[in-house]
This record gives sequence, C-alpha cells and structure tokens, in this order.
Amino acid sequence: MTGVIIARPGLLSTVQDLGRWGSQAVGMPVAGPMDVYAHRLANLLVGNPPSLATIEATLIGPELIFERGSVVAITGADFDVTLDGAAVPHTASFRVREGQHLRFGRRRLGTRAYIGVAGGFETPIVAGSRATSLVAHLGGHEGRALQAGDRLPLGVPVEGPVRHRRGAGLTLATGTTILRVMAGPQEEWFGPAALDILRHGVFRVSPRSNRMGYRLEGASIPRSTGEEPISEPVPMGAIQVPPAGDPILLMADRQTAGGYPKIATVISADLPLAGQLAPGDLVGLRICTRHEALTALIARERQVLHVTDTGPLP
Amino acid sequence: MDALRPRLRFSGDTLLLVEFGDRIDPAINRQAVRVAAAIGRAQLAGVRDIVPAYTTVGIHFDPLQTDLEAVERTIVEAVTALDQTTEPAPRVVEIPVCYGGAHGPDLDEVARWAGLTAEEVVQRHVERTYRVYMLGFVPGFAYMARVDPVIAVPRHRTPRERVAAGAVGIAGEQTGVYPMAAPGGWHVIGRTPLRMFTPGAALPSRCMPGDEVRFVRLSSAEFAERALAIDGIGVAR
Repeated sequence: MTGVIIARPGLLSTVQDLGRWGSQAVGMPVAGPMDVYAHRLANLLVGNPPSLATIEATLIGPELIFERGSVVAITGADFDVTLDGAAVPHTASFRVREGQHLRFGRRRLGTRAYIGVAGGFETPIVAGSRATSLVAHLGGHEGRALQAGDRLPLGVPVEGPVRHRRGAGLTLATGTTILRVMAGPQEEWFGPAALDILRHGVFRVSPRSNRMGYRLEGASIPRSTGEEPISEPVPMGAIQVPPAGDPILLMADRQTAGGYPKIATVISADLPLAGQLAPGDLVGLRICTRHEALTALIARERQVLHVTDTGPLP
Repeated sequence: MDALRPRLRFSGDTLLLVEFGDRIDPAINRQAVRVAAAIGRAQLAGVRDIVPAYTTVGIHFDPLQTDLEAVERTIVEAVTALDQTTEPAPRVVEIPVCYGGAHGPDLDEVARWAGLTAEEVVQRHVERTYRVYMLGFVPGFAYMARVDPVIAVPRHRTPRERVAAGAVGIAGEQTGVYPMAAPGGWHVIGRTPLRMFTPGAALPSRCMPGDEVRFVRLSSAEFAERALAIDGIGVAR
C-alpha cells in the first residue's frame, strides 16, 4: 500500500468524513467537517462518494508528498496551492504524479480547505467513521491532528478514467458573515430584549474558539432566569448562552448533550459559512422559519454541489 | 406535562427533541429510554441518530431525506405502546472501586464537607443503587443519580486539568466514572480498574441509559490486579 506523506502538517489538519453518526447515545461526539459542503464537493470533483475521507486544513495548510499518482481537488477556503511549484486550480480536479509535492501557500479567503483524493484517505474506521474526534482522541490518524512524517494510506479509486471537473463552491463574505438561525429551543429562557440583541448585534469570533465551538463576543444576551435547564441533546449550530451572557456557537466537535439554554440554532444551509469563520471574524444573525431553512438548504445543495464536467483529465 | 403526550420542539432544522418532563425523575427517564429504543427499531429513512437524555429523546435527522410526519407517528405509537407493555427489569452493572488514597484524591475533602469520616462517605456511596440517566461529556461517561444528599458535594470551583481514566466522582446528587483521562470538576473519591468504554465494540459502553449501577469496594491490591485484566484500564497510574 502506498499513500500520502505529511511533509508539513499546517496549523490544524485532520482527517474527516461525514461524521460518526449513530453512537451519540453512548456519548460519542459526531465530529466530521466544519464545512460539510466543501468536504462533499472535494469528493464529488475526484469521483468519490461523499462518505470518503478528506483532509480538513485550517488557516495554514499542509505540504503533502504523493507516493503514487492520483487525482486531487481542493475546496473550501481559498489558498495559493502549488504542485512542484506550479499553481493548481481551486475547486477543480487535477492530476498528481508519484513523488510530487502539494504545497499550501498564502490564504486568500476562508478558514478551512478540504483536500479530496480519488479513493479517499483510508485511515482505520472507528465506530463506523474515519472522522478525527479531537475530543474523544479517536478516528482519523491515531485520533489526533496530523504531524510531520505521518503517512496516510489511499483507497482504490471508485471511478475509472478520471474526469476534469470544476465546481462553483460557496461564496464567502469578506465583511460580516450573516448566518440564518431558527429561534429556540429555549428562547423563553431569555428576556424580551434577547432576540432583538441576537438579531441586531454584531458578534466577533473570540480567539477562544475551536472545532468544538466559537465563543461570540460583542453583545451579551440577558437571561430571564438563573436556573439551568436539564442537559439535552444538541445539534451543530446550536447557540447556547452560559450565565455570563456571551453566546457559544456549537460546531463539529461539540459534545452530544449540553446544559446551557439555547436561544437559537444556525440552519444547516448556513453552517458551511460558519465553518469558514476564524477568530476575529464578524458575524450577524437573522431569524428565519423552518420552512425558509428547508428552502435555503435545497438552494444550497444546488449552488454548492453544481459541477461542470469538461471531459477526461489529460 | 401529560406523560402520554410528550412535547415536541425543534432545535434548528436537523434535531427534533421529544420532551417527557422537566425534572430529573426515574419514571420520566424510563419513558425517554424506551421511546428512543422503539424509534430506533423503526429504522426511519433520514434519521441519523437517536439520543436519550435525562428527560428528552433527541432525533437527529437529514432534513432532505426525512418524512417528519412518519417520525411523529412513530413517536406517538411508541408512547402509546409504553402503557401496554410491561417494564423490562433493568440491567444491573457492578463497578468495583478502590476508594481514597491516590485513587480517590478528594475523599478527605468530601468527608470534611459532609462532616463525616472518609469511611462513612464510602459507606454512603456504596449503599445506594444508582440509575444511569444518560451518557455524554466523553464517550461512555454515564450520568448516574441520586447520591445521598449528605455527600452530594458540588463541583470543584476550578476543574482539574486531568482526571484519570476510571476515576469515580461526585457532582451534587450525580455520580459517574471517567472512562478516559479528561479535564473535570467532579470530586474524585475512588477509581475503578474496569475499562468503561471500548470504541468499535458491539457494546462499546459498560453502562447504558436505564441500567442500575452498584459500586463495590476493592482493595488497592485487588485494584492493581484487575487493572491488568483483559477488561481492565491497563497500567494503574
């Protein structure tokens, strides 16, 4: 078996798939990509099913050495990326030959890039998934972020002759990122002014943020009760408010259940935008209905997963 | 709240919460655990995960693949069936614990807080049977209740950066076992040599919601021996 060597790991690079679903009843976190659409698109461009594993790179990308030829696509955050010094396209499939170095350079926009390879990264499956859980220390490569010298095995490509494909991907904002939320499930725990603060406030993603969640600073949300709700299951996107009032947006590595009241939840159509945020970025929130959330999700699927096929790869 | 008509709430567009009550109560939790199992058996398209908690069942779903009316029908059927089926006897799990010393660094502090001797704290901890209400925090961490109020010491004001795998702690009226080393604020009174969680196993967690747990005393010599057994935590540090 040949694979990919990590020459430089970047700031935080992890192996991710669609997440470890089905085991939250035993307290197992789901993990998975912060921007699931970029992950799916990276797989789509190289002819993989969406379930195969990609590498999620964060802010500073890695350098990879390919031990065998393959087909690669990079999606999500926009970085300058070179293959043996020559620029490669973003959100498009390209060929990599044995021994070549894929190197991430300057970041232009966004936070997390995804590296898809035909056949996927074949790290061991743990509890049904290859997703790295940094909290549970399992999945991915030895349950941790990638380090220099790690070697990741590659799977057998699913598709025969590989096609040249190009996608559109997500349009990322340069100023304030607007995320749509559904109110609740505990909006009644907050004072009457709380939803207005949520709607009109501008929040900054705190440096104390990670794959588990983002602390949002800038507008404290008042609670109308000092009580704490009983711990209940939480989804990615839930906005919980600890007693101090600075909200926390729960992300991919969230725990399975939480005991702070949740004032609102980011809709799944906008979670990939949240997944592209970094400390210092500005966020505004807009309240929508469940019907609007569903319409937005259908539009997001069409927009992000739209791919143009321009024939076989040379 | 009417037990037969749970409240349904959405948390965003991917999670439906089925709520059976608003207090920590064995009867309410029993409904959540049994309804979660029944929804699981229905194998509904689009449902990604079913998570029983203290008073709720969380149903994580793919909004583009899930017929929510079918989900709601299944919930109603499961709740209706609760009345007609007899309660299965809970599984009883015995957890051996070596109390105090290096294995229970907070035992003396709990004793001072309670105005008891360390021996009396241990006695009060082992004489109750605890219900597993839910799993969370880290894989295999079982939230159990209720601890004797006399020894129900609140969490540390500042959590420890590392609590050892197997540590048995108290947080108010809850008790639990850390399945793996993790930061934690619970008062640690002892340690079990048993491995509590095995990722990838058919039954990865030793404790499941609805189980009854009894703690039994173990000497430090027995602890060392059992830690090295096949289902042990390994090196007893």
